[in-house]
Amino acid sequence: MDKDFTARRRRDLIIAALLALIAALTPLFVKDVVVQNILILTLMYAGLSQSWNILSGYCGQISLGHALYFGLGAYTTELLFTKFGVLPWFGMLAGGVVSALIAMGLGYPFFRLRGHYFVIATIVIAEIGLLLFHNWEWAGAAMGITIPIRGDSWLKFQFLRTKLPYFYFALALCCLAWFVTWWLENSKWGFWWRAVKDNPEAAESLGVDVFNSKMGAAAVSAFLVAVGGSFYAQFVSYIDPESVMGFQFSLLMALPAVLGGIGTLWGPVLGAAILIPLTELTRFKFGGSGRGIDLIVYGTLIVLISLALPRGLLSLFSRPKRTGAVR
Amino acid sequence: MGLLYGLIAVGLALIFGLMDVTNFAHGEFLMIAMYRSFFLFAFFAIDPLLSAPLVAAALFIFGAVVYLLLVRFAMRAKANAGMVQIFTTFGLAIVMRGLAQYFFTPDYRSIPQSWLGGKTISIAGIFLPEPQLVGALVSIAAFAGLYIFIHRTDFGRAIEATREDPGAVALVGIDKNRVFAFGWGLGAALVGLAGAIMAVFFYIYPDVGASFALIAYVTVALGGFGSVFGAFAGGIIVGLVEAVTALVLPPSLKSVGIYSVYLLVVFIRPRGLFGSI
Repeated sequence: MDKDFTARRRRDLIIAALLALIAALTPLFVKDVVVQNILILTLMYAGLSQSWNILSGYCGQISLGHALYFGLGAYTTELLFTKFGVLPWFGMLAGGVVSALIAMGLGYPFFRLRGHYFVIATIVIAEIGLLLFHNWEWAGAAMGITIPIRGDSWLKFQFLRTKLPYFYFALALCCLAWFVTWWLENSKWGFWWRAVKDNPEAAESLGVDVFNSKMGAAAVSAFLVAVGGSFYAQFVSYIDPESVMGFQFSLLMALPAVLGGIGTLWGPVLGAAILIPLTELTRFKFGGSGRGIDLIVYGTLIVLISLALPRGLLSLFSRPKRTGAVR
Repeated sequence: MGLLYGLIAVGLALIFGLMDVTNFAHGEFLMIAMYRSFFLFAFFAIDPLLSAPLVAAALFIFGAVVYLLLVRFAMRAKANAGMVQIFTTFGLAIVMRGLAQYFFTPDYRSIPQSWLGGKTISIAGIFLPEPQLVGALVSIAAFAGLYIFIHRTDFGRAIEATREDPGAVALVGIDKNRVFAFGWGLGAALVGLAGAIMAVFFYIYPDVGASFALIAYVTVALGGFGSVFGAFAGGIIVGLVEAVTALVLPPSLKSVGIYSVYLLVVFIRPRGLFGSI
């Protein structure tokens, strides 16, 4: 069993490295800007969903308020950049730290809540954040922040003529989130989280520090999501409260993980690889009509997949022997 | 005017609160009801007040069908039951919004003239808009009715019992699906009632439900799951808090007050005010 587990982990790492390599080479063949755009978004959501999965999948604390951290990352970076001239790279780090601290601050009261009460609390706190930013004059209020264009530079992480740097950053983010998950899966934390998810009382009685496990998961998860938010802000170069903190982001982070397989290593990547291109393509194909066909197609898909495969798409691949180890 | 939130929340209290099934399409139920009321008015010139029972009846069928066709299967999921329910109903919400956009176009509509619209009534020197007043009265009646229904009739008890233990309930000969389909129908009918009344004084557009849905969830959770009275109390509190925040803070921040009160309440009482589960 133990040998199996190590072998599986090594295999996962090799597969991931191969996939990353293939992904890194795609821009050589894909020159179309629209397709590149879709690839960037797919990688970004895969990374975000992977981060969401750490708290909600592994640790079982379903959060539908991660848009808060996404938005905080975006806003911290851009406020620092436009008001104080701090380079986005530092802003990214700052955004991550701010989000992680806020996640832990919120964790104190939040992690006492269970079930629906917790989920609604996460939605509500993100909504409060959204409304506050909407009314915060200094941060641009409802108008948002337009990031000043100062030409292509790695230093300012800003590129007009090419999307490639964004692509590689999104890939790096996705790989980072995957690697962190992979690494944590086999750490003390990873085992604690799964114990907390399955049965918090039993875990507590066996000496697992339930509260601090949740806090750890929340901090890691929020940090990575905030970095994603910073990236997104640089990528679209314009942010307003709705476009980075809206409820739809919370859902878009959760969906790939849920569709792919919640609480699994590969679920978010698989889910994002299928869901995001599909979303973008339906929007591209039908969205222009303004008559909601894209919504109908998209919604039907979600319903069908969640009904047909409650464990996610990954369950199609898993053999019985493996499911025991994964879940 | 918190009773209006109460009115929207009462249907949700039945579905979400009493049967413990997540319904993320609640706001869209409201939207459909408002459209139905609008079209009955536009094509047949039936006043929303008169068509309210029709709308409620239609929504009853709709709710029961949604349960039988979708939610029944979502509840059967062995793994991640909560997430499956959330995303099934959320997907349904998106489809409904898309359909509304497709058939009704995204335009804002309103019912220009009705028996109640725009009129006010004065009670002891306080002017109250009539539609809101009727909404409040209907809301109180609906809550009283639901309370009696749940606690005094066999069918109401069957709903609670089915949530508690579907297996045991099956042993004494209660068909879980029939009970829950009826519960969903009733919950949807109550929302239909709310939609019919709100159609008089709110703009009607495909996304209208979203803005009310979150407040309805908060209302139900604030009152506590498993309690009809809780949802009623929650509705009143939400309305009062909103009115007070609107006085102190800029109007765009009025929901912040509601959300903060929710957080405050669950931090002190993690089961909501009157919750039993």
